[in-house]
Amino acid sequence: MNFFKRTIPLIIAFVMGVLMAFQYYVPHEASQSLLKIVTRWGITIAGFAVFIGVYSLFHLHWNKIKRKLPGWGYSIFVFFGAGITVAFGLYNGGEFFWNDKQQGTMFDWMYFNVQVPAGATMFSILAFFMASAAYRTFRARTSEATILLVAAVIVMLGRVPVGTLLWESLPPIADWIMSVPNMAAKRGILIGVSIGAIATSLKIIFGIERAYLGGGD
Amino acid sequence: MDRLLGIDRRIIFIFVAAAITIPLIIRFELPVPATKDVKGIYDKINSLPDDSHILISFDYDPASKEELQPMAIALLHHCFRKNVKVIGMTLNPGGSGLADKAITEAGEEYNKKYKEDYVFLGYKTGVELVMINMGENIYSAFPNDFNGNPTADLPVLKGVQSLHDFDYVIDLASGSSIEAWIAFAKEKYKFDLGAGCTAVISPDMYPFLQSDQLNGLMSGLKGAAEYETLINRKSSAVAGMSPQSAVHVLVVLFILFGNTLYFLSGRKK
Repeated sequence: MNFFKRTIPLIIAFVMGVLMAFQYYVPHEASQSLLKIVTRWGITIAGFAVFIGVYSLFHLHWNKIKRKLPGWGYSIFVFFGAGITVAFGLYNGGEFFWNDKQQGTMFDWMYFNVQVPAGATMFSILAFFMASAAYRTFRARTSEATILLVAAVIVMLGRVPVGTLLWESLPPIADWIMSVPNMAAKRGILIGVSIGAIATSLKIIFGIERAYLGGGD
Repeated sequence: MDRLLGIDRRIIFIFVAAAITIPLIIRFELPVPATKDVKGIYDKINSLPDDSHILISFDYDPASKEELQPMAIALLHHCFRKNVKVIGMTLNPGGSGLADKAITEAGEEYNKKYKEDYVFLGYKTGVELVMINMGENIYSAFPNDFNGNPTADLPVLKGVQSLHDFDYVIDLASGSSIEAWIAFAKEKYKFDLGAGCTAVISPDMYPFLQSDQLNGLMSGLKGAAEYETLINRKSSAVAGMSPQSAVHVLVVLFILFGNTLYFLSGRKK
């Protein structure tokens, strides 16, 4: 069993990892065909992640309802919402799912009148919490915090049209903060993350990193 | 002093609500000069000849609609005015409805024909894999469009085999798809790339702007408002600038007031 659970996946990861790394540098037609096939396989496999996601979501909320955990009533709406959306999606305005997608169906109505406003509302609530958090916690306690606070105030005012009206030098200063100190920090993070990603990829290819196999090791 | 420092957050919420609604009721317009990052995208589209192909990837969902949908609409209006052929797609499952609506409505306004002047390819899962697959062959990644039409027969895609054949690609993103477009598509398949993103992720994009991996960037609602000003079609983004400005000023006042109370109360000691 260990051979099928560990050795074969490690061999597949090594062979495919090395193959695809070299493929990038080989402009031959066979190499391009291989890339096309592998990416199509990848897209197909990625599609199955939907089933895992649905299972995980339903499993979590079913347990919440079963154990009557705090807020279990909301979990009922997960099943209700998912059920009604899937039903109308499959119904496809009377043409059913095996035909091409129809326009102006109940599924579209629910998207534009439930999902879109609900999503926008969730996002807009952030403005209220950010204002409250800024008032309560954004303090010039140390010199570093003071620099951050001054930079934040300049950027907040300089990145909206009212900044020009308050002081016309504010937007150029805000732009400088974004394109010099901010960019330097972001570039450092980006280089660090990229090197980390390369190192992790090599560890997976050579079988050093095996967490993706599961089993806790 | 302590009571003011520990003020009920619902009072702060009322101030924020007032700062948003009052500018929407008492309408006033603020100047929105275009920055060079936004002009980069505008100039690129302006420089394209008629019947050029532009790919717009609508990689956002309803949560980011208020920032990114105005960008999408402004871009589409500019493209259709310029008689550029628009190919839309999305890598976000929640984005297909918004993208389809934006592209269809803008196209109809300019009497453009679906399949001839514009097309929406729909959603495909896999993000980076889709980009690579499109880089090799767009018809392999999207055999059919959003409405089920075979892409190989679409006149709008005539002359396009892969990402390299697009005259310009724009990613409108609420996540990390811009980095993926740069790393997995632009660098390998060599095309010009512009981007629009939510204000919160725009600081991450500056390294790519400086290295010219992005030739332009629209950042948040302000970026959309700048684009609306450039194409002389002021709409929801420009209208949103006054409440956004009011809330920014309010947050700054809250920060300054909070810090003043903090120091007056002697808590730093």
